[in-house]
Amino acid sequence: MATEWIMGLVGGVVIGIAVSLMLLWNGRVTGVSSIVYGVLVPIKGDIAWRWYFIVGLLLGGLSLQATAPELLTVELQTKAWIGSLAGILVGFGAMLGGGCTSGHGVCGVSRVSPRSIVATIVFMAAGMAAVVLLRKTGLLI
Amino acid sequence: MKYNIGALIVGLLFAIGLGVSGILQPANIIGFLDVFGKWNPALLFTMAGAVGVHFITYKLIRKRKTPMFSKDWFIPTRQEITPALVIGSLIFGIGWGLGGYCPTVSVTSLASFEMRPLVVFVSIIFGMLLFWFLDKKTNLKSKLE
Repeated sequence: MATEWIMGLVGGVVIGIAVSLMLLWNGRVTGVSSIVYGVLVPIKGDIAWRWYFIVGLLLGGLSLQATAPELLTVELQTKAWIGSLAGILVGFGAMLGGGCTSGHGVCGVSRVSPRSIVATIVFMAAGMAAVVLLRKTGLLI
Repeated sequence: MKYNIGALIVGLLFAIGLGVSGILQPANIIGFLDVFGKWNPALLFTMAGAVGVHFITYKLIRKRKTPMFSKDWFIPTRQEITPALVIGSLIFGIGWGLGGYCPTVSVTSLASFEMRPLVVFVSIIFGMLLFWFLDKKTNLKSKLE
């Protein structure tokens, strides 16, 4: 249990360093939903770095898969349609709300942006409610 | 080119951080959100670590006139709390809790070559395109700002 906390903290510090480098080097917020959206609905002249970032995420994932595949274990089992519905809500909600866990939750909260703090409280509370719903309906195995 | 390579390194580091923290396992996200069940607070430490570091570095970095590889800063400056922000975050949060995947995790987890992250990732893309389409047709977002 204690190791989980320590690993959680160490991972968080690495994420903090990553988003700091994005700011120091490129002057940008690491808002992953916006980065992906900017590739889907391309903004002229503002695309290449987004692809590089996405490739970086994938390379990071592949290196984890090669060295410690247990970190990518999908133990959670719910019906496929729930995963699908979840994804649609995540994609739609992030764009309407102007950010997700990275843009609002990490970068926005770090610069004490009132919008991001509100967004983070709202999506955490909503996530907690969704998990209660999953439990109550017996959909979480 | 520095600009692009910088973004690549940030993506790579970010993914490693996600892996180490345990967030790439959706059970840990659900566990964190399961405050009325078997609560797993590990993600709280991840948030504390990430925000703790960036809270300090943000102030230091913003003392610079410009970023290292760019002439301008691209930092959101808006302050007002709008219905779009609240409703969007609410919808996002419900999806996050139901699936255990945020956009970053869904991209990184594609490297597991498992079916579930792929289903969620494709659905996230669909959700984004749905937003784009509805917003174009109805000006949804500006109506809620």
